Amino acid sequence: MNVNKYKINTQDPVAKEHKLCFSPLVKDGVKAGVPIALGYIPIAITFGMISQTSGIPNFITVMMSIIVFAGASQFISVEMMAAGASVVEIIITTFILNFRHFLMSSSLCSKIKGNTQTRIMNIVAFGITDETFAVASLQKQSVSQHWLLGLNFTAHFAWVAGTIVGIYAGNILPEVLRTSMGIALYAMFIALLIPSLKKARKILIVSLLSAVISGLLFFMPLLSFITSGWRIIISTVVAAAIGAKMNESGEEADV
Amino acid sequence: MFDKIIIIIMMTLVTYIPRVLPFTLFKDRNIAPYWISFLKLIPYAALASLIFPQVIYSTGSIGSAIFGAALAVLLASTKINVIYVVIVGITGSFIFDIINIHFFN
Repeated sequence: MNVNKYKINTQDPVAKEHKLCFSPLVKDGVKAGVPIALGYIPIAITFGMISQTSGIPNFITVMMSIIVFAGASQFISVEMMAAGASVVEIIITTFILNFRHFLMSSSLCSKIKGNTQTRIMNIVAFGITDETFAVASLQKQSVSQHWLLGLNFTAHFAWVAGTIVGIYAGNILPEVLRTSMGIALYAMFIALLIPSLKKARKILIVSLLSAVISGLLFFMPLLSFITSGWRIIISTVVAAAIGAKMNESGEEADV
Repeated sequence: MFDKIIIIIMMTLVTYIPRVLPFTLFKDRNIAPYWISFLKLIPYAALASLIFPQVIYSTGSIGSAIFGAALAVLLASTKINVIYVVIVGITGSFIFDIINIHFFN
């Protein structure tokens, strides 16, 4: 990490202004995306394999990874297509599953500093996934639109490349390794969340609250009709809304 | 084939619109302090609900998932670079599953 490169004297007001933009470069974003790529590759390989064995044409499978770029919904739509579900059913399910990104993009708005051009932001928005959002949001300081482009590029490239590998050489990774690699993205989420829990009591409470709500929605038999997309939306909104009500001062004022 | 092309184009639209809308909606707009606080807490809340409970079903067995996740938690508290936490998590789950398959099955 080239952290030192951006360490600037905070006494200088101009430098202070620049300090807002801690991660300005495309290549830094590309580098920050490596853990995401590592997590995406085995999942994308699995997606390519499953889609191919479900009889979905390879062109459709690859196009889906290129233009939809949303993991869980791609798996589910392939399953639904193979089962002969209607277009409307598939589209509604996709929308419900991916609507959580609305929350994530909203939150990410305040994290982006420096000049933003609408055209570039429209491309950045395409690459907002759970993972790119998580990595970008938990950067210590603000990020630039170019940094986000780099981050999203790594993630998208890994996703598409993995899909193609899955179609043509699905068995390249032994099954036991592929399933063990399923932990990768969760390990990344853990690596992002755990250090933040010590930053403020509010963050700890909000995170615990969200996990508890998510667990309730997941395990309560009565609530099993709730899809995973809505489970994440409900847990996140309720926990963050309660957290935002808690007034704290001092070191935690910026949260 | 044609209906599948329609499906993926529609999927792209319903996925892209929620992703892009906030950038236009909230651009150059003053947001009340409560909502700023709310939006800033979203990453932590979202991470927690993304991790739990699916993490326990993320690998070949619940045992290896919990083992890998526990290693990740331990290592993450040392504030080490994310990539090492990911590699150790994968290695942990992998070794757990290998041992499990070879010695207990």
